[in-house]
Amino acid sequence: MERPTWAPEDVNVERPSVARVYDYYLGGSHNFAVDREFAEQVMQAMPDAPAAAQENRAFLRRAVRYLCGLGIRQFIDLGSGIPTVGNVHEVAQSTDPTAEVVYVDIDPVAYAHSRAILANNPHATVIRADLRQPAGVLADPKLREHIDFDQPVGLLLVAVLHFVPDSDRPADIVAGYSGAIAPGSHLVVSHMGAEGLDSSQDQALGLYKRSSTPIVPRTADELSSLFGDLTLVEPGVVRLSEWRPESPDEPAARENPALAAVARRD
Amino acid sequence: MPDVTSQVRARQESGSAGPDGEVATVPAAQPEPAVRAAPGPTPERLARAWARAIAGTSFVSMTPAELRSYLTGLAARLLSAATADTFEASVGFEVGVALVKAHFTQPASLDHTLRVLTEQLSDVGECTRAPALQSALAAGYAHALRERTLAEQEEIRAAAMLARSEAEAARWASEARFQAVFAGAVIGIAIADIEGKIVDVNQTTCDMLGYTVDEFRQLTVDEFIHPEDAPGIWDAYRALTRGEREHFRLEKPYYRKDGQIVWTDLAVSLIRDQDGQPRYVVTMVEDITERHHLQTRLRHQALHDPLTQLPNRTLFFERLGQILDDADDDARVGVCYLDVDGFKMINDTLGHDMGDYLLLAVARQLHSSISGPGQLVARTGGDEFVVLVERSAGPDQLVEIAEAALAAVRAPVQLGGHEITVSASVGVVERAAHTTSATELMKAADTTLHWAKRDGKNRWALFDADRHAREVTKFELSAGLPAALERGEFLVEYQPLVRLEDETVMGVEALVRWRHPKLGLLGPDRFIELSEETGLIVPLGQWVLGEACRQAAAWRQQYPDIDLVTSVNLAVRQVQDPSIVAEVSAILEQTGLDPGSLQLELTESAVMGTSGRPLETLHALARLGVKIAIDDFGTGYSNLAYLRSLPVHSLKLAGSFVAGLRPPDCPDPVDKEIVATLIKLAHTLHLTVTAEGVETREQAARLRTLGCDTAQGWHYAMPGPPEHVLALLESSVCQPSPAI
Ligand SMILES: C[S@@+](CC[C@H](N)C(=O)[O-])C[C@H]1O[C@@H](n2cnc3c(N)ncnc32)[C@H](O)[C@@H]1O
Repeated sequence: MERPTWAPEDVNVERPSVARVYDYYLGGSHNFAVDREFAEQVMQAMPDAPAAAQENRAFLRRAVRYLCGLGIRQFIDLGSGIPTVGNVHEVAQSTDPTAEVVYVDIDPVAYAHSRAILANNPHATVIRADLRQPAGVLADPKLREHIDFDQPVGLLLVAVLHFVPDSDRPADIVAGYSGAIAPGSHLVVSHMGAEGLDSSQDQALGLYKRSSTPIVPRTADELSSLFGDLTLVEPGVVRLSEWRPESPDEPAARENPALAAVARRD
Repeated sequence: MPDVTSQVRARQESGSAGPDGEVATVPAAQPEPAVRAAPGPTPERLARAWARAIAGTSFVSMTPAELRSYLTGLAARLLSAATADTFEASVGFEVGVALVKAHFTQPASLDHTLRVLTEQLSDVGECTRAPALQSALAAGYAHALRERTLAEQEEIRAAAMLARSEAEAARWASEARFQAVFAGAVIGIAIADIEGKIVDVNQTTCDMLGYTVDEFRQLTVDEFIHPEDAPGIWDAYRALTRGEREHFRLEKPYYRKDGQIVWTDLAVSLIRDQDGQPRYVVTMVEDITERHHLQTRLRHQALHDPLTQLPNRTLFFERLGQILDDADDDARVGVCYLDVDGFKMINDTLGHDMGDYLLLAVARQLHSSISGPGQLVARTGGDEFVVLVERSAGPDQLVEIAEAALAAVRAPVQLGGHEITVSASVGVVERAAHTTSATELMKAADTTLHWAKRDGKNRWALFDADRHAREVTKFELSAGLPAALERGEFLVEYQPLVRLEDETVMGVEALVRWRHPKLGLLGPDRFIELSEETGLIVPLGQWVLGEACRQAAAWRQQYPDIDLVTSVNLAVRQVQDPSIVAEVSAILEQTGLDPGSLQLELTESAVMGTSGRPLETLHALARLGVKIAIDDFGTGYSNLAYLRSLPVHSLKLAGSFVAGLRPPDCPDPVDKEIVATLIKLAHTLHLTVTAEGVETREQAARLRTLGCDTAQGWHYAMPGPPEHVLALLESSVCQPSPAI
């Protein structure tokens, strides 16, 4: 019998969800009171939280465009979140309307909403799965309808790997994906950094730590080691805003310790 | 404002879109006809200031350039509204809506926008228009934001509903699947809580054990304990309910409600709650009664003898191994190993059917008289049976059982119209369980059975460690003989023969010794019999003969004046060997020894009753000139008349007669009489007489008085190396008078 990579459980709107909290940071209203309360708590500790989310989202957009520029026309967005403004399929399909995008998220609400949004988009879909099980994700028939594994793929792990503790062997998870994709594929990662945290950021991380989805910040070296035998593209592992800013008047780098990197499978 | 539209168009062409791909069409759909050239801000300038003000206030998915370009379109519309001939405040409303559409959803975005417009529009157009546009923009923004918020809330609510109902559907489906599995499974499934109360069972379980579901629910797991449950299963069960293990499998019998026994194969698993605490125990029950019976039958067949139905060798050893493994420190075990005497002959003469029938009768007798708790009677081979006494009370109990077994076997059997009686031999071994192994025990039993047979059958023998040890040593010695001969471990010692008349040394007897690497110097009594059994006596005797002759020749050469007879023993087998004559003559030739200096000692049995070839051999040897003596005379059956016709020169009296003359005061009168008679007889036949085992002066004196010719014994000298003899010879050369 086929086993889903997620267990049917209650959709709990009494507990904050990472996906909905994140939506709130981005100015969305796809969230409930619990989510907003949690977000406000974080923002009290770290008023920059929404700005950091925006920066992350801006990096996502730049990275997807960069990949489009390399000719990549199919994307797997792992931990895609609740669709908000500037979703991967919007960015990619603005370059090529037939670009294929598969969203993957474990959050039932993110999944349901993404499905509603994508109902009429023949080139994008969403599956509900745990990204910590690469084999299960990659074997998903819906995913395989959209992704041609003989062609390069843009694999996105944006603001999500830091939810995977070391005990879940993140490097093995990344290798599970990178081993399955064609040469020329790229992996896009953004990740909470562990260096240069100020006290407000520490405090915010503390809040997450007590939630059901703690954040594991990692240093640049730790992050690099997760890429295995992939080759980092310029400028390597850097702060979010330093990753290929699109124009000189891009908002100046804030004190955001989050890291970004893109790597290629040769 | 041609540059505005061209910018807008450029954005459309580049495919760069707003958040939902629609935004770009807002300014394009309502192109402004013309913009009056006026002092004050151009759309570009206004857009630049505006972008600066609101960048970063909200998250929009646009690059700074895209943002400027987007705002330039909106700025153009505002500027033209401010200066148009007819004022339409609704443009402000639309721009407010467009801001929200671009996802400027944070209140700060509106705030900053209004501030920029206040600055930038103050000098543009009629003074009332700017505030009107601003308030319309605020209204439009508020309206759109409210709409957007409500829409998103609705979306997320719908998504949550959808997700929830999907989760429920999935759960329902899995529950339904489980229900279907539970109800329709061909194996029984039973669920009990941690206290052992049965919570639910499926129909198959009910059919299997004969209870209804409701009856089951009145029962607890403990009520299914069965006397034949494998040891430890209930411990395993309790460990499971404590959460110490997740599952286990076992075979277990159950009583059905109607009392019948059902054998099952169980898989027992623990179900935990969300916090990991043990909650339920689920048991999958498969009815394996058929298989179990089959297995039992097959096992019975594998472990029993098909003819007698007694336990077979395998079962016997299984049981014995088990007993030895489980034995306490002071536990003892015993076996009686029984073999029917002469069974082969019965089989051969009466036929196999009768043989089998006899075995069956013996088996029945043994079974009925001996089998019982703690006493297993097994048939371990053709006519071999074993009684295993699991908890022996000591050798006496075993002997009692052995006697009972012998009596059981002796009971007359009706066989094809005849009543026949057979007997058996029994080897009995009894020991402390922890000192032995199954193999050792059975080896000992086999040895002991052999003793019983050798001792005459129809009896038991009890294992005797000393006897066994002796046999083992004997065996080892016997096995080591050939190699010892090869390695030159034998040597010859010489014991003087003394003429009683003048007490001078007239000869020596050559006696073989074995210098055993481990046991030291061994006398002939330890190995001659063995070498006779194995036949090694022939080469060994020949070696001794050669050695003694060489030595005799050497003495002769050294002391040509002394007449010394060298006496060498010849075994029966040597005499029977037809080449003996040739060999003796070859040795004499090789050593140059005068045949008259060699005396061959034969035992009475080798000489008496000889006929045919051995007799010829004896004559041939005598013809060589060699002297012949009869050793140990008086111990065997002696046909004195026959003695007369034999080519014999001398008799050696057995030590037992001579011993009778030893007591200092009064010698045994009978022995004395016999010795006297024998000496007389010998002299009548012109034979000389030698007395062996002379240990005291009185003995020597008495023998001399009786007329005995020669004596040999400790009184004169112990056997010793050739050098000792040399010393004696030397002294007799210097002092020809009696020296010893
Ligand atoms: C902070 S959001 C990031 C969304 C998006 N990638 C972005 O950067 O804008 C993290 C998302 O990852 C999802 N997520 C966390 N752990 C996950 C897992 N093990 N499998 C799939 N999705 C997961 C959460 O549900 C959430 O939607």
